[in-house]
Amino acid sequence: MQKKLFIGLVKSRRGIIGVSILGFLLSLTAVAVLVIPFDSYRLWNDPDYWINNPKTGAPFWTSYFGSKDFEHVSLDKNNAIRTSEISEGIRVDNFRFEINIGADDFPDDFMFLHSVHYDEIPPVLQIDITRPDNNTFTVYYSSLPTTSSANNTFTDRIFSTNNNIKESLNPYQSFFNFPVSGIEPQVLLFSDTSKLQVLHGAYHISQKFFLFDNSSSIENVGVILGGKVFGIMGTDDLRRDLFVGIIWGIPIALFIGLTVSIFSISIGLIYGVVSGYKGKKIDEGMMRINDIFYAFPTLILLILVSITFGRSIFLIILILMTFGWMGTAKVIRSIALQMRNFQYVEAAKLMGQSDVKVIFKHIIPQLLPLTFASVAISVPGAILAEAALSFIGLGDPTLPTWGQMLHDANTADAASRGIWWWIIPPGLMIALTGLAFFLIGNSLDAITNPLRKQNKKV
Amino acid sequence: MGLGRTLLFRSINMFLVLFSTILITVILLGPTLDKLLVDAIRNQVIDEVNQGTLKFQNPDERSAYINNQIQFKSKTLGLDQDSFNPQKVVYRVVSVMTLDLGKSHFFTSDYGSSNVRDIIVEKVPKTLLLFTTATILVTIIGIFLGTYVAGKEGSWLDKLNSINAIFSNSFPTWWVAMIMILVFAFTLHIFPARATPLSSPSDANYVFDLLYHMTLPLITLVLVTFGSWAYIVRYFLINILNEDFIYAKKTMGISRRKILYSHALRNAGPPIATSVGLGLASSFGGSIITEAVFDWPGMGKLFYDAIGLLDIPIIIGLTYIGTLIFLVTIFITDIAYTLLDPRVKGS
Repeated sequence: MQKKLFIGLVKSRRGIIGVSILGFLLSLTAVAVLVIPFDSYRLWNDPDYWINNPKTGAPFWTSYFGSKDFEHVSLDKNNAIRTSEISEGIRVDNFRFEINIGADDFPDDFMFLHSVHYDEIPPVLQIDITRPDNNTFTVYYSSLPTTSSANNTFTDRIFSTNNNIKESLNPYQSFFNFPVSGIEPQVLLFSDTSKLQVLHGAYHISQKFFLFDNSSSIENVGVILGGKVFGIMGTDDLRRDLFVGIIWGIPIALFIGLTVSIFSISIGLIYGVVSGYKGKKIDEGMMRINDIFYAFPTLILLILVSITFGRSIFLIILILMTFGWMGTAKVIRSIALQMRNFQYVEAAKLMGQSDVKVIFKHIIPQLLPLTFASVAISVPGAILAEAALSFIGLGDPTLPTWGQMLHDANTADAASRGIWWWIIPPGLMIALTGLAFFLIGNSLDAITNPLRKQNKKV
Repeated sequence: MGLGRTLLFRSINMFLVLFSTILITVILLGPTLDKLLVDAIRNQVIDEVNQGTLKFQNPDERSAYINNQIQFKSKTLGLDQDSFNPQKVVYRVVSVMTLDLGKSHFFTSDYGSSNVRDIIVEKVPKTLLLFTTATILVTIIGIFLGTYVAGKEGSWLDKLNSINAIFSNSFPTWWVAMIMILVFAFTLHIFPARATPLSSPSDANYVFDLLYHMTLPLITLVLVTFGSWAYIVRYFLINILNEDFIYAKKTMGISRRKILYSHALRNAGPPIATSVGLGLASSFGGSIITEAVFDWPGMGKLFYDAIGLLDIPIIIGLTYIGTLIFLVTIFITDIAYTLLDPRVKGS
């Protein structure tokens, strides 16, 4: 039967589309686990982790349409070419970054990062920028602060607003053929000398550390040029890379959807079979209880539970399971009502088998294929419910779910501010995941549902 | 089951659900409510002492007096008892069910009353207006479109309709709402992004202002649901078109058009009515989010704001009224089904 189900699934067009979407989502998840650092999932809500990204940056490909906005550049020591030389007893560690600039826009700002380990004598840091026109500007020259303690690691960021940078650039003003007083460093550094426009080409930024004792070492260096566009999907107000959030959202959504639907459909299956098989008074009573559960306003209950017990994903799953079985129970009951009069069921009963054994050995196995279809069909509902709850602000705040992202977007008024890249992808992902399971369930249902077959008599 | 027996069962069922919802609400929110009430009393007492003329010898005496007052006031309100004390829980459930909903901490009605009942009574019509209008429009569109494509089963329009139904079912309504704001408010500037009217309710133009602000939410609700509506109507109709009595009518020479619009549609009436009712009931449930996105000044928006500020009396009051509206809608749907179904009438 299982084999027949699979063949039927692959034979129908809807089934193929559904399976391919699901396969695509699963392979994205696999890529995420292998490529994206796990810290981005764990520290999703930690602003420090995302500090090097631009705030509310649009996706990079938007700069191909219309004006060429400056694409955010964030480099660390892995992107640098490191050279080390010793002259006159002083060790010079040089980190060279190459950055190609082709945008029409100047960067919004820039930043130099360093993290250096040293003893009493502080190293000296010199930052040079060699421009495409072969001019080299020394933008920063200063010693790091002295420390009282030995074995100290000093971490700092030098911003473009730093006074040292401003003063270092003063001697170069004569290079430019237009008045440059009052022009900010991030504009001056990247401007053509003849007129105020971006000088395109390769820039070489070198961070030179003059180290005076052997135990000193450079832990990290970095360069950030602040731009308006960043990454495949841009960033949000908290500088988080939305692409990373979207990708991590897949396994979470699949987990929620599948757990909720598998458990609630199982409850519905057993409840419906017991009700239909037992019949009479028990059936009547069980269906009344079903009606009561059916009429409960689930969303309101979810809200109340979240307010009282805090926001945990497992609690949400538990509630969705508790109120997700009634529809299945009704359908299964109507089938079980017919099945209890089947000859093999009656034969089993006459042979003296217990009700439990008849239900679990003879009735439920027959209904399993139909159950697979129900599980698939009810996955989108569970994903939508979790997203809705997160959207109201009662979801699990520690996880990067799509609903949570849309909640953040809505509280930041993203729609009326026109930040479309924050709104469109999470919703599309919810819809895509729902669609995949709906299509799979639909084609499974067409194969397995006995009630549907009867309808197709013409 | 006869009509009377059905109604009786449904009424008992409705009451049971209502009662247990309120019971669960009171049990879940009781401790939080008690804590907030004690906090409020403490602030009140400290205010009174600070502004009063009482003089104290030393700080100890002052704090002893304050604690005494807090204990005394808490006792008169029954706050010294455990939150799960059965007597207290029952008292609270009964007072909620008799619409004694208490006072809100943060919200006032348009006319300045902080009575929860007054605030909610003001919001109910706005929610009903938006969602009932949307449901009526969607039902009309759905019946016409559904009937039309049922008559042309397998045509490209029929297929398009099915695809539209699948897609509009997959998207969350509130997400589509955000997109609509993005397109119509941010990019095209046709409608306001926030649906709360700017003029005051006593203004003569208030009604028009309200209707203008209602347009975008209404369009969104209709757009999101009409596809699945037409699909449901089509599904019912095609099932009926395969029944034997329809074949009989065809052989009698009655035109296809007449069969479709008159005989088939009439027989599809009861299930369509049920779907209308259930759709309306569930759209009330979804109103919390839809109204919050559009800033529509109804019950859902109030609920959303109350959750943010943890205004427990408002939350309990809205849970009660919301569940009541939900259940009454389902109840009316059941009655409509029994009245429309010819088989029930005959028995």
